[in-house]
Amino acid sequence: MAAESLKCKECGTEYPLEALYVCERCFGPLEVRYKHGFTGDVATLRRRIQGGSQDVWRYADFLPLAGGPPGPSNHLASRAGLPAGWTPLINADRLAERLGLREVWVKNDAANPTHSFKDRVVAVASARARELGFAALACASTGNLGNAVAAQAAALGLPSYVFIPADLEEQKILGTGVYGTNLVSVRGNYDEVNRLCTELSAEHDDWAFVNINMRPYYAEGSKTVAYEIVEQLGWELPDRCIVPIASGSLFTKVHRGFAEWIELGLVEGREPIMNGAQASGCAPVANAFALGQDFCQPVKPNTIAKSLAIGNPADGPYVIELARRTGGAVDAVSDDQIREGISLLAETTGIFTETAGGVSVAVLSELARRGEIDPQERVVLVITGDGLKTLDAVRGSFQAHEIDPTLEAFEAALGSVAV
Amino acid sequence: MAVTVRIPTQLRSATGGESVASVQGATVSEVLDELFAQFGELRERISDEQGGLRRFVNVYLAGEDIRFLDGVATAVPDGAELTILPAVAGG
Repeated sequence: MAAESLKCKECGTEYPLEALYVCERCFGPLEVRYKHGFTGDVATLRRRIQGGSQDVWRYADFLPLAGGPPGPSNHLASRAGLPAGWTPLINADRLAERLGLREVWVKNDAANPTHSFKDRVVAVASARARELGFAALACASTGNLGNAVAAQAAALGLPSYVFIPADLEEQKILGTGVYGTNLVSVRGNYDEVNRLCTELSAEHDDWAFVNINMRPYYAEGSKTVAYEIVEQLGWELPDRCIVPIASGSLFTKVHRGFAEWIELGLVEGREPIMNGAQASGCAPVANAFALGQDFCQPVKPNTIAKSLAIGNPADGPYVIELARRTGGAVDAVSDDQIREGISLLAETTGIFTETAGGVSVAVLSELARRGEIDPQERVVLVITGDGLKTLDAVRGSFQAHEIDPTLEAFEAALGSVAV
Repeated sequence: MAVTVRIPTQLRSATGGESVASVQGATVSEVLDELFAQFGELRERISDEQGGLRRFVNVYLAGEDIRFLDGVATAVPDGAELTILPAVAGG
């Protein structure tokens, strides 16, 4: 499968594989189109994938790079960049039991180099940016992307510019600045940062804004989440996937990953039911889904799930279409439910996720509670980021036992419950 | 006084390369109509069949998305700046 062109998702106009992201004729988003050149047998192709490196580049055949995986060898990390992806898929049997479900798996993308799924998309965008000869990386970020761009640029030896809303969690600001990027804290919300960066990208055409002018390539990186899930399930499909929604790009591309492999015969079965997860404080897609609309009315975000706080989600209409078509839905949960979701996942799986993950867990709990999930289903929950990035969300959710260093003090505090 | 409209790079082939246009109009709708009168090709690029804006077109009045105001009926004061941008996002 080789990338052949960029194609408008709205009107179908095709463009060359350059740093373009918007159709000049109708303003629709551009997407990478591939030529399906695969003719060999499925077993051979599977072996080829399995013999690849333990990162996103094992799927290079399905990614939009002209020259294959970057770097002469993935052992040369400085040339290949940060090795993203190939994160664990964990059988969350205790979580399933708690929710009255049979089979729940957690795709733990907090296990990426900068602790979120953004390392995947940045790996692909920056590799393509280097092929196209860009001199710098840049992004508009709600936090996780900033971490990933700053780190990837450091690994590649490129200058970088990261634009964030000024009210971001301290952990995400520190975890970006440490890599030596040019960090720009904008007095405004993400949508305002994004508008500024869209304007800036026109002024700095030698910068690769990974989620603006490189967006078609960037978004393709998210397909690797689906490829890994299939491979890790032993070349099988889940029945249902729960994916958090900010811009909606991850949701649509996870589905695309499944659909491509079904089409190529790499995996058999029907496409999974796709459930989207948003926070009530920023739920333009869930609102539109509930109202039966095919467009998203923008909102002003107000939620603890800041990595999902995009009030004007570009891929919203496609998310709604996919959720409907696959028999899924888009739901929203409150900040309290998000906090409960974080605790539930931590206490049943040992995985500490950030607020966005709490949103996904809370939506899964809601669906299970409402009886919308068949107990026989195999469900995959996509956990996109690490709890250490949003520590405020769990502050005050438990109490430590502070004691003097004596046996008596321990007995007095915990003796009755210690096992 | 006129209203300034900032044209994104993707539309400049329809404005003869101009990045800024100066037009008259008291509402967003009037400003856009005046803009289309100057650059005919722009109409089909950013308007849908019903005469509204295509779903991936964002219009900002002094930095605020017009969907938070009164949409295309939003009043535009003299000397104001309208910005047309493609919808694009990704945290």
